[in-house]
Amino acid sequence: MTRTDLRVVAALGARSVKQTFRRPQLLAPIVVFPSILLAIQTAGAGQAVNLPEFPPVNSFLDFMLAGAMIQATLLAGNSGGIALAVDIEMGFTDRLLAAPISRFGMVLGRLAGTGVLSLLVGIWFIVVGLIFGAQINDGVPGVIVMLLLVTLSGLAFGGIGAAVALRTGRASVVQGLFPLVFVILFLSSAFFPQDLLTGPAATIAQYNPLSFIVEGIRDPVISSLTWEVFGKAIASLALVGAIGIGLSALALRRRLRTGG
Amino acid sequence: MPAIEANGLERTFEGGIHAVAGVDLEVAEKEIYAFLGPNGAGKTTTVRMLTTLLQPTGGSARVAGFDVVAEAANVRRSIGVALQEAALDPLMTGRELIRLQATLHGLSRQAGREKADSLLERVDLVDAADRQVGTYSGGMRRRLDLASALVHEPKVLFLDEPTTGLDPVSRRTIWEEVEQLNREGTTVFLTTQYLEEADQLADRVGIIDFGRIVAEDTPGRLKAGIGHPHLEIRLVEDVAERAREVVAGFGKPRPSKDGAVLVELEGGAGGVAPVVRALDDAGLAVESLDLVEPTLDDVFLEKTGHHLEPEEPEAGESE
Repeated sequence: MTRTDLRVVAALGARSVKQTFRRPQLLAPIVVFPSILLAIQTAGAGQAVNLPEFPPVNSFLDFMLAGAMIQATLLAGNSGGIALAVDIEMGFTDRLLAAPISRFGMVLGRLAGTGVLSLLVGIWFIVVGLIFGAQINDGVPGVIVMLLLVTLSGLAFGGIGAAVALRTGRASVVQGLFPLVFVILFLSSAFFPQDLLTGPAATIAQYNPLSFIVEGIRDPVISSLTWEVFGKAIASLALVGAIGIGLSALALRRRLRTGG
Repeated sequence: MPAIEANGLERTFEGGIHAVAGVDLEVAEKEIYAFLGPNGAGKTTTVRMLTTLLQPTGGSARVAGFDVVAEAANVRRSIGVALQEAALDPLMTGRELIRLQATLHGLSRQAGREKADSLLERVDLVDAADRQVGTYSGGMRRRLDLASALVHEPKVLFLDEPTTGLDPVSRRTIWEEVEQLNREGTTVFLTTQYLEEADQLADRVGIIDFGRIVAEDTPGRLKAGIGHPHLEIRLVEDVAERAREVVAGFGKPRPSKDGAVLVELEGGAGGVAPVVRALDDAGLAVESLDLVEPTLDDVFLEKTGHHLEPEEPEAGESE
């Protein structure tokens, strides 16, 4: 990638972030919904920490913080996909495709924006968590690891959103993935400890890459991150990211070939 | 070397739809070439192929000396593109959009800033530069789109229906800017469904219908080529059929237009008086009578068998 390509990706990423802050309907799902869910769950289900086999935590908020962050990054990926589809619908992508830039740079710019948004959302939840009494066991290094994983999550999930946007070119279709985000979340250990899940949910959560990513973000808060948990989180992100970027590349190639 | 050259250019979409069915054209450097045709004629598809946004399924094309498929990146460096419906992000400001366009074309941050300032001044958008594009009128959006296409001083400028939907004043402003650009040496390829636009702006016009060029020449020669002026007769009463019979002996009849009876007059103005006398003798009261010199619409009718009916400007598009 040339220096010009990197400048283009940065410029498109900056546009993507500004666009999100200027369009409340893109920002609300990323920040407001997960914050409300976090507040409701920690206020209403705090006694869950007393359940047998619940991991030792200082508070239910400590446990839930990672779930809220991963929910926000999933929704950021979805919102990024919606914004890309809107660009396709209004013809803005034609402006980018008619310029002498790497055509995949258009997708990378969008992903860079989603990554930055995820980082900002990560900072938001850590600040909110600390204000309301959360304790991050691993301290500053733990915070850095959490923000790294959250940013990478945004990039990985953004790839899936971008792939759907490029394949369909319709914002309504990408928006239709919204409920699926919650299904995937609830079939992971995002909101409930893996050991307390039963039946098919437990089996799915055991193999759901999201569970490994959540554990990677949660461990620095409630215990101490090990290389094994961190490695599994990174491997899961690499898998999701490879699928998202691979599908995006295929969808873009098809779009350029068929013209729609 | 022609600025634009297409040989047998074709595009067939899924389902076997031949949007462009073998276009041959050649546009010289510093020429304004207008592609005239109704909606669905293949204008936009041709432009999308020439600007590398869509791959041809047949034939070949070169723009600024580069093949649109094999040397697409070089084509994109050489062209400016303002697409139909002004594909602008309503959440960006005008200044942000031009700066982004400058980055896309490899200009440095400083050069992009300076370019944005000069282009915004050129298209008279300095006061609106820091407002979001969503607040712009239709004419302002087109001017911004045009400015953004000029950021890298392209050799060839493609304008896809640059004035569709605009009011006459905004349309004229765009025309003046296009003429100025051409005087500065830019080759302009524009598509339009407005006869007046093609007539006023273009050095040469290509008329496209059902994906094929059916006529191509200067507006003057195209009009001269179809022959004589015609008389447009409107009658007080609904007696068009009788009037047609009366005037049939004076020249070749033409299909009616908006209720008027049309007849070609070989003798031009000299042939009007006998027609009026004949209508008077037949007891047919004439409401109005116009001798119309051939227009590009006549050329279009002659070549395609139907009139060109452009979309009317949308309400609220004026400034």
